[in-house]
Amino acid sequence: MLRATLRSLAAHKLRLLLSGVAVVLGVAFVAGTLVFTDTLQRTFEQLFTQTTTDVVVTPEQEFQDTSGLGGVTATLPADLVDTVRGVDGMAKAEGIVFTAGVTIIGSDGEPVGVMGAPAFGSNWSDDPDLSPYRLTDGRGPAAEGEVAIDSQSAETGGLAVGDPVTLITPGPRVTAEVVGVFRYGTSGNLAGASIAAFSTAAAQQLLPEPGFTSIEGMAAEGVSQEELAARVQAALPAGVRVQTGAEVADEQAAALTEGLQFINVFLLVFAFVALFVGTFLILNTFSMLVAQRTRELALLRAVGATRAQVTRSVLGEAAIVGLLGGLTGLGVGILLAVLLQRLFALIGFELPSEGLVVAPRTVLVAVLLGLVTTVVAAYLPARRASRTPPVAAMRSDVALPARSLHRRAIAGSVLFLGGVAALASSPAAEGRQAAALVGLGALLCLVGAIVLGPVAARPAVRLIGAVFARSATGRIAVQNAGRNPRRTATTAVALMIGLTLVTAFGVLGASTTASTDAVIDDVVRTDYLVSSRNFLPFTPEVATAVAEVDGVGLVSAVRVAPALVDGAQTVMTGVDPATIADVLALELTQGSLADLEGGGLLVDDGQAVDLGYRLGQQVPVAFQTGPTSLRVVGTYASTGGFSGYVVASSTLDEAGLTPLDQALYVQASPGTDAAGLRPALETAIEPFPVVQLQDQTEFKAQIRQQVNQLLTLIYALLGLAVLIAVLGIVNTLVLSVVERTREIGLLRAVGTTRRQLRGMIRVESVVIAVFGAMLGIVLGLGFGVALQRAIADQGIRVLSIPWGLLVAFFVVSGVVGVLAALWPARRAARLDVLQAVTTE
Amino acid sequence: MTTSPSPAAPSAAARAERLTKVYGEGETRVVALDEVSVDLASGAFTAIMGPSGSGKSTLMHCLAGLDSATSGRVFLGETDLTTLDDNALTRLRRDQVGFVFQAFNLLPTLTALENITLPMDIAGRTPDREWLDHVIDTIGLRDRLRHRPNELSGGQQQRVAVARALASRPVAIFADEPTGNLDSHSGAEVLGFLRDSVDRLSQTVVMVTHDPNAASYADRVVFLGDGQVVDEIADPSSERVLERMKRFDGSRGQHGQEG
Repeated sequence: MLRATLRSLAAHKLRLLLSGVAVVLGVAFVAGTLVFTDTLQRTFEQLFTQTTTDVVVTPEQEFQDTSGLGGVTATLPADLVDTVRGVDGMAKAEGIVFTAGVTIIGSDGEPVGVMGAPAFGSNWSDDPDLSPYRLTDGRGPAAEGEVAIDSQSAETGGLAVGDPVTLITPGPRVTAEVVGVFRYGTSGNLAGASIAAFSTAAAQQLLPEPGFTSIEGMAAEGVSQEELAARVQAALPAGVRVQTGAEVADEQAAALTEGLQFINVFLLVFAFVALFVGTFLILNTFSMLVAQRTRELALLRAVGATRAQVTRSVLGEAAIVGLLGGLTGLGVGILLAVLLQRLFALIGFELPSEGLVVAPRTVLVAVLLGLVTTVVAAYLPARRASRTPPVAAMRSDVALPARSLHRRAIAGSVLFLGGVAALASSPAAEGRQAAALVGLGALLCLVGAIVLGPVAARPAVRLIGAVFARSATGRIAVQNAGRNPRRTATTAVALMIGLTLVTAFGVLGASTTASTDAVIDDVVRTDYLVSSRNFLPFTPEVATAVAEVDGVGLVSAVRVAPALVDGAQTVMTGVDPATIADVLALELTQGSLADLEGGGLLVDDGQAVDLGYRLGQQVPVAFQTGPTSLRVVGTYASTGGFSGYVVASSTLDEAGLTPLDQALYVQASPGTDAAGLRPALETAIEPFPVVQLQDQTEFKAQIRQQVNQLLTLIYALLGLAVLIAVLGIVNTLVLSVVERTREIGLLRAVGTTRRQLRGMIRVESVVIAVFGAMLGIVLGLGFGVALQRAIADQGIRVLSIPWGLLVAFFVVSGVVGVLAALWPARRAARLDVLQAVTTE
Repeated sequence: MTTSPSPAAPSAAARAERLTKVYGEGETRVVALDEVSVDLASGAFTAIMGPSGSGKSTLMHCLAGLDSATSGRVFLGETDLTTLDDNALTRLRRDQVGFVFQAFNLLPTLTALENITLPMDIAGRTPDREWLDHVIDTIGLRDRLRHRPNELSGGQQQRVAVARALASRPVAIFADEPTGNLDSHSGAEVLGFLRDSVDRLSQTVVMVTHDPNAASYADRVVFLGDGQVVDEIADPSSERVLERMKRFDGSRGQHGQEG
C-alpha cells in the first residue's frame, strides 16, 4: 500500500507542486516571523547583557513608564557617585547621564534615525567596563561644544569627525563639533535610536537639575552582583533604586519581549490567514486527484484493499506533501527572516548580525503546521476516495457519488443568517460586547459563505457568465466553470477570504480617515498646528519662538505625561485652561474648565460612567515623580479632540515633570491674515527641525497618510493570502485542463482555434475569480460596516465606503483571473489534437 | 460521370498523392503510410479497411487535416492541406470537414442541438435554418434536441454526432469506427443514416472500420495493409469484405475476429 502511495505521489508531481507551494508559502510566513522575532530577541538580550554593569543605581520612580512618552528625567545628586565608589567591594563606579529627546540633525537639515525611534543624549565615558560605547573614529568628547555620535547616525546623517552638528535638546538648541563616532556594543546604534554623547558637564546641562540619571559600578574580584547591590543599598539614602546588572538586563529584555510579542501576533495572524486559504487549494487538489484516480482506487479496492487502507493511502500522500512543504517552508522562512533583517538595516534599524536563531520550537511548528494543514485539508477527499465502489475499476463511466447540496444549503443558510443576525444586533450592544458580536457574526457569515459556496456557484457563475454569452466559446467556458460547483466554489472561496479581509480593512480605513477629518473639522479651531515630526515631545522654546511671531494671537500648548490613575497606567493630557477652549472644542458636560488650575481633573463621559467618578471626588494619581491627589472638576464629551484624563499644565509642572510640549495650537490675532502668517511661522520654527507646521488641511492629509500606510502594510500582508488564492485558480484550471483533455481535443478537431481555446480557459478563470471577488467584497463590505457601527462610540463615528477602491478590487480580480489562466491556457492550447481525441 | 470544373481531380472530394507518414526516429521508427495515393470520390460513401496497424486511421487523420504528412500531398477539394499552418487547418476542419469519432463525440455540457451547431457557433456563423431542420428531421431526434448527451442512448449520441458533421455541409465527413461502441441495432441505425446522407443529401463520407458488415453500407471499400493500398472492392457485400479480410489473417496470422 505504501508503495502505491509513493508511486502515485511521483506520478502527480506537477499537480501536487502547486498545493505544495501553498503549504510552503504559509509555513514560510509563520517560520519567518518566528525566526525573525527570536533573532531580534536574542540580539537584544545579548546587547543588554554585554552592556550592563554589575550594579545600577537609579532614582526611585513611582512606576516604570511603558508609554514611551517620557515626561520626566529624574536625577540622582552628583555626590552620590562618591558614596557608591566608596562602598566596600566596588572596583569602580561612574555617574551616567542618559536622557531622551536629544535629536541629531543630519547634514541635510533633517533629524537622523528611524521615524518614531527615540533619540538619546548621554555623557561620554572612556571606561570600556562601564560604557557600552566603542569608538570607531576620532576621540571622546572632553569639552563643551564637542560631541560623539553613534555610527548609524553618522552614516545616515552624513556626518563625520570634524563636522559641525546641530542638536535639538529638551532645553536649548545646541551646536557642537563631531569629535568621535562610536558603536553601541557590537551594534551601529541602540535598536534604531540615535545617541549623542557629550562631556559629563555638557551632558548634565540636558537635565532639569544637575546630577546623573544613574550610577553604574563594577564589582571587585570575588564580590557577587547581589552582594554588592545589597551593600550599595545600605550605603545610600532612601529614594534610590539599586539593581544588579542581571536584573536590569532582564527588565529591559522583558519590556522588549512584550513589544516583540505584539509584532509576532500581528504577523502570525496574517500568516494563518494565508495558511487557511492554502487549505482550500490543498483540498481541491486532492479532490481532483481522487476523482481522476477513481479507477485506480477501485482497482485497489477490487484486489482487496479495505476502505481504511484507501483513506490512509490518500492521507499518506498528503502527509508526505505536508512534510516536504513544511520543511521547505522552514527554509524559505529563514530566507525571509534574513531579508527582513536586511530591510530593517536599510531603513536605519541596524541589528548586530549574531546569526539567526532557529529555535527547535520553530522547526517543530513549521513541520507540524505543514503536516497538519495538509492532512486536515486532504481528509474529506480521502474519505470520499474510500467510498469508491470496486466495480468502478471495470467501468469507465462510474463517477464518485456526488452528494446532494440540500443539506449544505440548509446548514450554510443557518450559519450565514445567524452571522447576519449577530452583525445586525451588534450596534445595539455596548463596547466590548459589540465588538465580540461583530467578531462572532463575521465568523459565522464567513463559515456560512464557505459552506454555501457550492450552492451559490451555479447561479452565480451563470450570472457573471452572462457577459461572455455572446460567443460560443464563452458560453462553453461559463458552463465549464459551473460544471463542478464544489471545485469552483472552493477555488473562489479561497479568493473570497482574502478579499473579505482586504475590503473590510478598506472600509475601516476609509471610515477612520473620514471620522478623523470630521473630528478635526469639528474640534480644531486654530489656524495652525505645530507638532513633532517623530512623535516625541519637544522643547517649550518652540512655543516661545512661535508666540513672538508678529500677528500670532494665541499659542496654546498641549502636553502629555504618563501617570497611574487608580493604579492603572494611562496618559494624562496637560492643557492651558485659559486658552484651550479657544483652540479646541472641549464640550464640558458638567463642571467648569476654570476649576482645572490647582489640582483639578477632567474625565471623559465614558470613563466617568465606567469608573463611577463624581464631581468633587478626589482621585489618587501618581506621576513618575511621586503620588498626588487630584479632584474631579468636570466631565467632557470625548467626541475626538482627546479622550481620557485632562489636567492643567501647571499641575504637571508642580509634579516636577520636565516641561515638554506635544502639540501647539496657533491662532492668528484678530485682523491678521492667517495664510500670510505662514512664512514668519516657518522661520520661527526653522531652528527646530523636529517640529512641523501644519494647517488643518495638511494635518488631515498627514493622518490620512498614516492610516494609508498602515492599510498598505495590511494589504501587503494579506497579499500573500490572495497570491495563494490565485495559485489555487491556476491549480484548478490546470487540473481541469487535464481532466478535459478529450473535450479539448474534440473542440480542436471540430475547428476551435488555439486562440479561441485560450480565450475559453481565460473566461473560465475570470468567472471563478470574479465569483470569489464578488463574495469577498460583499462580505467585507458587510463586516466593515458592522465593525464601524460597533466602534462608532470609540471615535470612528463616520462610515465611509471607498467605492473607488472596491471597484478597483473588482477589476484587479478580473485581471488576476486573466493572469491565472496564462499557463493553463497555454497548456490547453498546446495539446496535440489527435492525442487528445484518442486519449483514454 | 458528370464533367467536373477541376481537371486535376475530377469528382474527388479528398485525395492523397504519394502520402507518407513516419512516426518516431531510429529504433522506434514506424512507417504508417508508405507513398499512398488514393482518390475518394465526391458524393460517395467510401470505407477504409485493414487490419490493426495497417495505417487506415492514419490515412483518415491525414485526409481530414488532423495529422500532418511526412511527405507527399493531401487535397481536400481544391485545397492542398500540406501547405496549411495550424490556424488554417483548424478553420478548414471547422468549415469543410465533418467528424464522427468512435466515442466521445459530444461535449457533455451542451445540449444535442448545441452540439450539432457547435462548429458554426465556434465560427460565429448562423446555421442555415432550413438545412439544419432538414438534417434534424433526417436523424429523427427532434424531440431530443434539448437533452444533454448523458440523457441519450449510445446510438442517439452517434446520430447527433453525424448530424453535427452534416450541419455545416462539409466537403467530406470522416467517420472513425462510428459504430465501434454500439450494439448491432444502434450501429445499423447510424450506418443507415450515413448511407442516407450520401443518397439523399449528396454528402461525401469516408469511414474507417474493421467491421465487414459496416463496410457493406459503402459504395467502395479500400483495403490498406502495412501502409499501402493493397486492394479495393466496389459495391461491397459483407461476405466479400469478410472474405478479403480473411486473406489478411492468412498472411498475418494473428488478426482474428475483431469488432
